Amino acid sequence: MRSFAIGIIVIGLAAALHAQQGRGQRPAAQTPPEGRGQTPRTVTSPRDAYPSRPAADPGAVERGKALYSVNCQFCHGADTRGGDSGPSLLRSGVVLDDQHGELMAPVIQNGRTDRGMPKFNFTAEQIADIAAFVHTFRAAGYDESRMKPPSILVGNAAAGQSYFATKCGACHSPSGDLKGIATRIADERLLQQTWLMPGTGGGRGGPPPVPAPPSRVTVTLPSGEKVSGVLDRVDDFGVALRTDDGAFRSFRTPPSSKTVVDIQDPLKPHKDLLQTYTDADIHNVTAYLVTLK
Amino acid sequence: MKHRTACPAEAHVNRRAKAGGFVMAAGAVVVATLSAQSRGLDPAELLKPLGEQWSSYSGDYTGRRYSSLTQINQGTVKNLTLAWTVRLTGGAAGSGPGAGPGGGQQPGAPPVVVGGEGSGDVVVGGNITLKGSILAVNGVLYVTAPDNVWALDAQNGHTLWRYFWKTKGGTHIGNRGAAMWNNYLFFVTPDDYFVSIDARTGKERWHKEIASFAQQYFLTSAPMVVGNHVMVGTGNDLDSPGFLQSFDPETGDLQWKFYTVPMNPGDPGLDTWKNLDAARHGGGHPWLPGVYDAASHLYIFGTGNPTPAYMSTPRGEGMDNLFTCSIVAVNVDTGKMAWYYQTSPHDTHDWDSAQTPVLIDGDFRGSGPRNMVLTASRNGYYFTLDRHTGERMISTKFSETVNWAKGMNERGQPVRDPKKDHDIGGALVSAANGGATNWPPPAFSPDTGLLYVPTAETFAMYYLSETDPRGAMGLGGKDEIGVGSMGTYITAIDYKTGRTVWRHKFRAAPGNNRSASGLLTTAGKLLFGGDISGNIVAFDPANGGILWHSTVGQVTNAPETYMVDGRQYLLVGVGDSLFAFALYQ
Repeated sequence: MRSFAIGIIVIGLAAALHAQQGRGQRPAAQTPPEGRGQTPRTVTSPRDAYPSRPAADPGAVERGKALYSVNCQFCHGADTRGGDSGPSLLRSGVVLDDQHGELMAPVIQNGRTDRGMPKFNFTAEQIADIAAFVHTFRAAGYDESRMKPPSILVGNAAAGQSYFATKCGACHSPSGDLKGIATRIADERLLQQTWLMPGTGGGRGGPPPVPAPPSRVTVTLPSGEKVSGVLDRVDDFGVALRTDDGAFRSFRTPPSSKTVVDIQDPLKPHKDLLQTYTDADIHNVTAYLVTLK
Repeated sequence: MKHRTACPAEAHVNRRAKAGGFVMAAGAVVVATLSAQSRGLDPAELLKPLGEQWSSYSGDYTGRRYSSLTQINQGTVKNLTLAWTVRLTGGAAGSGPGAGPGGGQQPGAPPVVVGGEGSGDVVVGGNITLKGSILAVNGVLYVTAPDNVWALDAQNGHTLWRYFWKTKGGTHIGNRGAAMWNNYLFFVTPDDYFVSIDARTGKERWHKEIASFAQQYFLTSAPMVVGNHVMVGTGNDLDSPGFLQSFDPETGDLQWKFYTVPMNPGDPGLDTWKNLDAARHGGGHPWLPGVYDAASHLYIFGTGNPTPAYMSTPRGEGMDNLFTCSIVAVNVDTGKMAWYYQTSPHDTHDWDSAQTPVLIDGDFRGSGPRNMVLTASRNGYYFTLDRHTGERMISTKFSETVNWAKGMNERGQPVRDPKKDHDIGGALVSAANGGATNWPPPAFSPDTGLLYVPTAETFAMYYLSETDPRGAMGLGGKDEIGVGSMGTYITAIDYKTGRTVWRHKFRAAPGNNRSASGLLTTAGKLLFGGDISGNIVAFDPANGGILWHSTVGQVTNAPETYMVDGRQYLLVGVGDSLFAFALYQ
């Protein structure tokens, strides 16, 4: 239930601004209160919003691991994420709420025979050890991938070349502007994102986006005078631009205004095509473009 | 949280706060306002249509955000001008607004009350952002952001008191507002506490942990008061079950708890999940407030996405996963479900249906007066439902770009295309994760019969990033990367046909893919909303014509209106600031 990217953007921007602030402007609460000496924990996103458990006694974890691997792993998996015969413990409410085995103990000692879990005659100490081991696995709603596909390339390069010639060839050429594109953009996913819509990103942990070309705008004033340049900003009420000689111009365009604003978005062909692709078209074109080393 | 400031009142406050007690500094302001506030808010007031007061999340129980106030109208709106603005400061330190009338660190600064179970060592990054509703009751505004509550003079923005909650952590994505019952305020925290404070002083009455922090629940919703019930739902991104709880407003004791997913053998809906364990980790969080039908005692609300959000097989491939992504009606006295209608069977894109629905009464295609529920869902589809049965009366696609469904079934539900879940090579899907619409609330005008919906037409590539057949937890298992926006709109939908009557596309620079704010409409024949370029705009609700605007910055909540001492105000939140407009006098 991630609600709305804008919040994340706002938080991210604010965090960035924060980082730029000088020492004298650090939030008061970042200074540890007197006599406490704990390290402040900063919450900047849902990914770091929940505290880690304190490190457990390594001996208890080792003993717990040994017990777990013999008795529990078969059903619940070596990583506690479950398997065919047993549920994941990592997201279990009982396990998450448990501290030192006190909530896990009744389940382990009594079993859940209606769901196929047998009883285990462990002592409270043994269960505390098992809990210490189980709690070394961190549960996170933004679950990091463990088995990532090695490549996003699933398409057919020949089909992609044919599609490219038909749909893209009017503006782009493999021996011209796209020569060596796969060398310049070595990351396959960033290459795909970039040809789909220049300026979009490589994703979390990926390389930075390739900047998109700027939009231009022509403003036709009621007098008939035309002013053109690189678009700075525009909304329903005004437009600002920088002319080719570097001058900044800003115009009000209220609803009653006769001023005409014509935005030339260099990515318009990409936006028009976006609604026509099949996923196979996309995969095929990417498979072709990665050959343009 | 702002940088450190120093003044005698603040030092006093901080010492007392560390001692764990409540703090009352410089009481003169409070005494002066006590008499005005002492009436509080009788729960019967909440039954009234939206007018001078804004008494609950949507202004009234209908969710229409349609105000009867007419001082600001199509004829006068050109004279709308700034009445006051204030920038809010939160946190344990500081003692008042940093700017605005009466602001700054002055003698007589407002009291700061500090509560919370946190050690005080958790720092929340980012500025205060107002992303919820503001109550306007008896001339006082009650404003919230995560961990913070402010009481402001509604005529000038002056802070009467503020309350700060020391957090243990949790997802600080937003707070949707406070609720009021007589002289008590209620709000919830990201670390799962339900807090009641005295609206006259900001002094805490009690707080209770109402969801497990260890299970990574977080609370953002505005509580909803109905009679002697205070209801509030959960949020969670870690496969924990969603629930709505009702509490006694006096004591905070639990009255009932309604799970949105099956939790026990024999529970209804269990056959729509792979197994009981899957259902018990199925999400469905009701993270926004609902609406209330006094005649039937039904509280009607939306539920969130199933979890794991992007994983199909752990939940049962193709199974409906009830009662996630649904509109649900529960009896407010018993907490028992009366009906449901699922707007996204087996969602696979984290597109919850938690959006606050809208209750209207009216004609429907010549069938005589009907009681209805309207909702425009994050998945891009619109629904008119019967309020007493949940029967679907009409459903349509209101987004022009959404492409994740193969069509609609005989019950009017969109049918998911599994090819558009995600792909190793990427699946091109509209909408992006934010959806065709989201929490910013729609508005409905009985004058036009139109539902106004903030709408985004976006695309993203959804890449499968986890090949473990057991899948991922929560929001894991995919990488979603945007590939652009076709535009941000207000869409005006006819509830009788589901058809779009008009749309306004916000003119913006290519690449600006921000979302529009929530909406407000009034009997003054006005529709207010924030665009994606920093303007608050007034439209003609009949046709979308623009009548007025002011450039205040990106509006971050839904505009509201209230009246004090004969003057109507338009109130908008912009990040950590409030702007109040009124007619020039």
